[in-house]
Amino acid sequence: MILEVRDVSRSFGGLKAVAKVSFALAEGSITALIGPNGAGKTTLFALISGFLRPDAGMILFDGRNITGEEPHRISALGVARTFQIVQPFARLTVRENIAIGAHLRISGRQEALARAAEIAERVGLGGRLDQPAGTLTVAARKRLELARALATGPRLLLLDEVMGGLNPREVEEIVPIIRGIRDGGVTILLIEHVMQAVMTLAQHSFVLNDGLLIAEGPPAAVIADPRVVEAYLGTGAAQRFGRETARA
Amino acid sequence: MPMRSGTAILAVLAILLPLPFVVQSDFWMNLAILSLYYGFLGQAWNLLGGYGGQFSFGHAAFFGTGAYATAVMQVRLGLNPWLGFVLAATLAGAVGALIGGLSFRYRLRGSYFALVTLAFAEVFRILANTFEITGAGTGLLVPLKQTPANFQFAQKSGFYLVIWALTACGFAVAWWIEHSRFGARLVAVRENEDAARALGVDALRVKLAAITLSAALTGLAGAFYVQYFLYIDPTIAYGPSVSVTALLVPIVGGLGNALGPLLGAVALQLLDQVARAAMGDAPGLNLVLYGVVLVAMLMFLPNGLFGIARSSALRLFRVTA
Repeated sequence: MILEVRDVSRSFGGLKAVAKVSFALAEGSITALIGPNGAGKTTLFALISGFLRPDAGMILFDGRNITGEEPHRISALGVARTFQIVQPFARLTVRENIAIGAHLRISGRQEALARAAEIAERVGLGGRLDQPAGTLTVAARKRLELARALATGPRLLLLDEVMGGLNPREVEEIVPIIRGIRDGGVTILLIEHVMQAVMTLAQHSFVLNDGLLIAEGPPAAVIADPRVVEAYLGTGAAQRFGRETARA
Repeated sequence: MPMRSGTAILAVLAILLPLPFVVQSDFWMNLAILSLYYGFLGQAWNLLGGYGGQFSFGHAAFFGTGAYATAVMQVRLGLNPWLGFVLAATLAGAVGALIGGLSFRYRLRGSYFALVTLAFAEVFRILANTFEITGAGTGLLVPLKQTPANFQFAQKSGFYLVIWALTACGFAVAWWIEHSRFGARLVAVRENEDAARALGVDALRVKLAAITLSAALTGLAGAFYVQYFLYIDPTIAYGPSVSVTALLVPIVGGLGNALGPLLGAVALQLLDQVARAAMGDAPGLNLVLYGVVLVAMLMFLPNGLFGIARSSALRLFRVTA
């Protein structure tokens, strides 16, 4: 197991954002983390990547306890994350943005910039290397997030809605890129609302609702789970939904 | 355009070097020395404020420490002022590390960081005003002894060459920032600290290194000031005037690029001279004119003078191409 999350909890004031969540990821897998808005998915990412400290519980990366470590230390160990709300270095070019990630393992400036160009090519930003990141479209910014995280040379990649706000064609373009990253040996955990992508990419999925892990399994099975349907659509929805499909 | 910035720096330095052999008038030499001196002070601030985005309002804390380090050493201990130079940089750097350590560890940013640095400078000013070793309120007068070994020059050209060398040193640091991993990380922290941390950047360490470096260079400016004017008192050393000048110069010239501070310093020196000449008979009015032009510059030139220089150069290229 490359990542193990054990009974991790985090509250904000009286709100339990993440409550006793436990799960583990097998190396080389693509796993989806799904759930309605406000379920605690992004909080969980922040806990794993060190931006937030858990109130309780333990997080192990490759068997090593990383609970409460600083983000840059966790990143150096091989965990990279993207941000749901993209955080480009707006006045730097695409190449320079990605080079910051590459600098984690490469000290030379020219080498890092060269590596950045390679990564940009890989995520389809090859033609925009010298464009300031602040002028990119939403879709391109999402790719930039992915490219920067990838440039750090991670073993585990946490992708927070890299397909949010993309049109179906753009989603179709990014799916094989993500699969390619996994084929390169990187384990991927992704938060995603675009179910089309979740279905095609992930072998396994976890469902979070109100900070609790309520279901897990292959995505197709999980979205048919009555508890999951109710989490999205409200109490009783699964039953009504079931009746209607039975009648049809 | 990394290659071009290096070339531009070398060209500027090459043009500046022979100046004392061309200019004979003491008035113009003084103006040139002060321009380079303010440019160097601004460059020191620019490293932290321009490249790193951490706006200090209290660089006087570093300037004054460098100035007093060299003055106290000469007057009280009779040590050589060249040694004072080294000590000035070291002590000012240490003060920078201290202030940076305290404010960055507690994640102070923006106006909070600015206020804390301002407060530190004020504390130092009051301390310097109190203790006898700094000459308290009357200040310290460095004895006149004009030999190069004593870091005092009978000819202005001697001071000019020293400040030219410091300018070159400031350029070298700026160039390094623009071409190194450290510099890339510093700029990343300025642009978006959280994103930088997610990419493995130790933001605290980067900011600490930047403020230490910036403070050490500012301390050198303080030491140069003492040698040039042979006098220092708490208001000159730690008063807000130095802090404001240090940030005004790069803001007017253009933040976060190597040539901005020098450009800003020359422009402010010329503006100051013009204001004095225009308002010569009414003391104080020159400051009003100075202020008005400054406000206009900040309003209409968000990227400083370097910004217009660059955009007009681009326009020129486009026309000729």
